[in-house]
Amino acid sequence: MLLAQESGAAALYAGGTELLLAMKSGLLAYDALINVKSIAGLDAVAADDRGVVIGASATHSAVERDALARERLPLLAEVEHSVANARVRNVGTLAGNLCFAEPHSDPATLLLIYEAELDAQGPSASRRIPVGELQTNSYETSLAPDEMVTAVRVPPFPAGMSGAYSKFGRHHRPTLGVAAAVAVEDGRVADVRIAIGCVSPVARRLPRSEDVLRGERVDGLAADAPALREACRLAAEDADAVADLHGEADYKAHLARVFLERTLLRALGRNGSGGDA
Amino acid sequence: MPDGMTEIPVRFTLNGAEAEAAVAPRMPLIDLLRGEFGLTGTKRSCDAQVCGACAVLLDGQPVSSCTLPAFEARGKAVLTVEGLAADERSAPLTEAFVNNAAFQCGFCTPGMLLAAKALLDADPAPSEETIKDALSGNVCRCTGYKKIVEAVEEAAEAMR
Repeated sequence: MLLAQESGAAALYAGGTELLLAMKSGLLAYDALINVKSIAGLDAVAADDRGVVIGASATHSAVERDALARERLPLLAEVEHSVANARVRNVGTLAGNLCFAEPHSDPATLLLIYEAELDAQGPSASRRIPVGELQTNSYETSLAPDEMVTAVRVPPFPAGMSGAYSKFGRHHRPTLGVAAAVAVEDGRVADVRIAIGCVSPVARRLPRSEDVLRGERVDGLAADAPALREACRLAAEDADAVADLHGEADYKAHLARVFLERTLLRALGRNGSGGDA
Repeated sequence: MPDGMTEIPVRFTLNGAEAEAAVAPRMPLIDLLRGEFGLTGTKRSCDAQVCGACAVLLDGQPVSSCTLPAFEARGKAVLTVEGLAADERSAPLTEAFVNNAAFQCGFCTPGMLLAAKALLDADPAPSEETIKDALSGNVCRCTGYKKIVEAVEEAAEAMR
């Protein structure tokens, strides 16, 4: 309601780890910040019938330490522990990270393979947004100006699916993030989910790479196996990498190829070990 | 936030003592600590939450005071390196930094000490790996980190 009244002059503020940096450097200016941390209960991490519901003001640290998240979403807890540094994690929120839509985000990439959803609340209605439909460009989302995300809903991987996440970079923010999860049945890849982020404005799933791997025999999927090589080649194409301060587009495409192979092999290596991380 | 906007009253615990201030909405915590309270042990360096020189503990957890608004201290406990220096239980930590020559220019040291304190409060017997992980967000441009890790190992042993 406040957000609607202020019509553009106010911004939602949770951790502020992104917003305040942009305001300090003069890139953004607002007359008022609306502190969502003052909404009671919005920092809760709780179970629902599909998985774990992470309130919009839950910090990265809260997620990485939460017993329920660690049990049901061990890969998310692991990746949350690798976001930025401890000080940013103690203040910054998972939902804020997604809503700020900075292209170099670990959770934005990872949550694509969890097929997470967001609860968004407007003045008169609420809706569910698949995480892949939130971000539309660098720093841009599909949220209406008077809408706010109230929770991130993350279902665990289906039984038998294991995941892994890799990132690479020499800067504070990652240059590349790759997430992969694989389910194996009768020695074959029954299902696979792959996402790539940071190399382009918006993280994305890689359906062509997934299709190439589905049905492949797992014992044939060593490094340099034809199907694996093809999946990684397609990833380098479909990542649609752009040049920025982190490097040239062809460099990032090369990273995509190399890191997808490593990440898939790690995800396969974790298969059968009982956990999703 | 236009200048002249109402200041926010902030009551908090600073290094164990009750403290009170009225802060501009956009004042970062570091300016309150250094400017109003004269606690200059907290250093501003990157000013972007990357380097850790400005780290203080907020309710026992490290935060970057360069960017955290001062009003976020409301009702909470802030520990700066001055408070750590005055805390007898933390003496083995500062002594271990001296014994191991775990600093040269010293600019990162307040943040390193506070990150190490937060770690040792949570885990009195951390592995080398855990120490490196806990300090990984604090940048030192002199020591190469080895001596810092060794100092924290020594402090952990002395404090157990």
